[in-house]
Amino acid sequence: MKSGSNLEKVLEAGHFSVTAECGPPRGADADHVRKKAAFVKGNVDACNVTDNQTSVVRMSSLAGCMLVKESGVEPLIQMVVRDRNRIALQSDLLGASALGVRNLLCLSGDHQKFGDDPQAKNVFDIDSMQLIHLAKTMRDDGVFPSGDKLEGAPKFYIGCAVNPFADPFEIRVPRLKLKIEAGADFVQTQCIYNMDTFKKYMEGAKKEGLHEKVKILAGVTPLKSAGMAKFMNKFVAGIDIPDDVIKRVADEPKEKQAAKGIEICIEQIGELKEMEGISGVHVMAIEWEEKLNEIIGGAGLLPRPVVE
Amino acid sequence: MITGTPKPIDEILEMVAPYDNIIVAGCHGCVTVCRVGGQKEVEVLSSTLRLARESSGNKIAIKELSLERQCDPEYVESMRPLIDDHQAVLSIACGAGIQFLAEKFTKTPVLPGINTGFLGVTERQGEWAERCQGCGDCVLHLTGGICPVTRCAKQLFHGPCGGSTAGNCEVDKNVLCGWQLIIDRLKALDQMENYVKLKPYKGWDSSRDGGPRRIIREDMI
Repeated sequence: MKSGSNLEKVLEAGHFSVTAECGPPRGADADHVRKKAAFVKGNVDACNVTDNQTSVVRMSSLAGCMLVKESGVEPLIQMVVRDRNRIALQSDLLGASALGVRNLLCLSGDHQKFGDDPQAKNVFDIDSMQLIHLAKTMRDDGVFPSGDKLEGAPKFYIGCAVNPFADPFEIRVPRLKLKIEAGADFVQTQCIYNMDTFKKYMEGAKKEGLHEKVKILAGVTPLKSAGMAKFMNKFVAGIDIPDDVIKRVADEPKEKQAAKGIEICIEQIGELKEMEGISGVHVMAIEWEEKLNEIIGGAGLLPRPVVE
Repeated sequence: MITGTPKPIDEILEMVAPYDNIIVAGCHGCVTVCRVGGQKEVEVLSSTLRLARESSGNKIAIKELSLERQCDPEYVESMRPLIDDHQAVLSIACGAGIQFLAEKFTKTPVLPGINTGFLGVTERQGEWAERCQGCGDCVLHLTGGICPVTRCAKQLFHGPCGGSTAGNCEVDKNVLCGWQLIIDRLKALDQMENYVKLKPYKGWDSSRDGGPRRIIREDMI
């Protein structure tokens, strides 16, 4: 075991894994996280805690992880390189590991332009690829990247994100390969709506044998309404929602669109479960954590396995 | 070249408000090429200031001049005889030129008349775009001649990020994705092997993060 995390155990035991995410609040209200964690509990193998997603300031990811952990859910810390230089990244990795966080997701982070402080200075001292390498170096070699020995190596199951729907498509598989070479143990993908493109991506990944080197968790996000679908498709870079998916939601009366969104999400998980090379799903029910049980249960993925 | 844009006239008028006898100093270097700080701009700016001050009943006398370069000591020294007769200098050279004047003429306020931009190129008449951040450790031989530090909004060394759409950057659909450009160029050069290599963490100590930089050429001293 590289980290001994529950997520690692479940995946290594060969189970189809489930993760979800909790966005920390725009404030210091710990109960906000606890309430979300209660919806997540029992439904997942680990729960991502986002790191100032879309550059909107929120409670820190590490603090969120601790609150999630106290609630009995295994945390997965998201860490972006937008806001921290390599000194702060190393320090936060050590701190997170010391506090018992065993899963890590290495990300670039959305550009600050999209947040509430577009005039902020960004950091990007190293990129997400190099953060994977940094975390692996510390974990496996017991040294800082500078070469100095660590007093206790951090233990993380190291993850990365991939977006099979961003351009250029042809570079997406080589880029995943690079992330694996850098040290990624698992992958969580961007929300999948375009199954055809995703299948094509997976064919490319399988051709390189990447699905055997890394655990791929397919990302899904239930659509709450046709309005949300249209907005995401138009304005969120790297999101691709085919017209027929939008139509299925839009054809419903307003009050039934959310239920249709959940139905589609469950169908998608069913399809992904059968897809070769997919080791699990990452269910991003954005500000809709209360639906996780319905979605994950509906997909036949409950109860979650207990692996010792 | 070093590019720049004129400061708003109201900001300049506020800066020069305490003075009635100043020098407006241009530069024949980069700022002349990008038409923000050459002799012509000195003349236009000086006329505008004179008119504005005259109309507000508070005349200002302006000595117009342009140096060959405000970043070279011999040219800067050529204006020393004029300094004591004026209350301030409004420089429309780049930030380096403005500071060099301030450094040489210690008792005279030197005011910025332009906002210095970036190291860039003229893409077409009237349009300039950034190409170099002077990071001090060039990797253009590995990236098809396109700079990831300058052209990628996140300065990624293993891009593009998930925000690259149809060749454009997520920060602005009018900004080209630097990594799309790099990949296109590497393919054209048959150098994609450069893409699939993990690159070492960049040493930013050769950039401004290492403190103000200096180049010493012993062979020239």
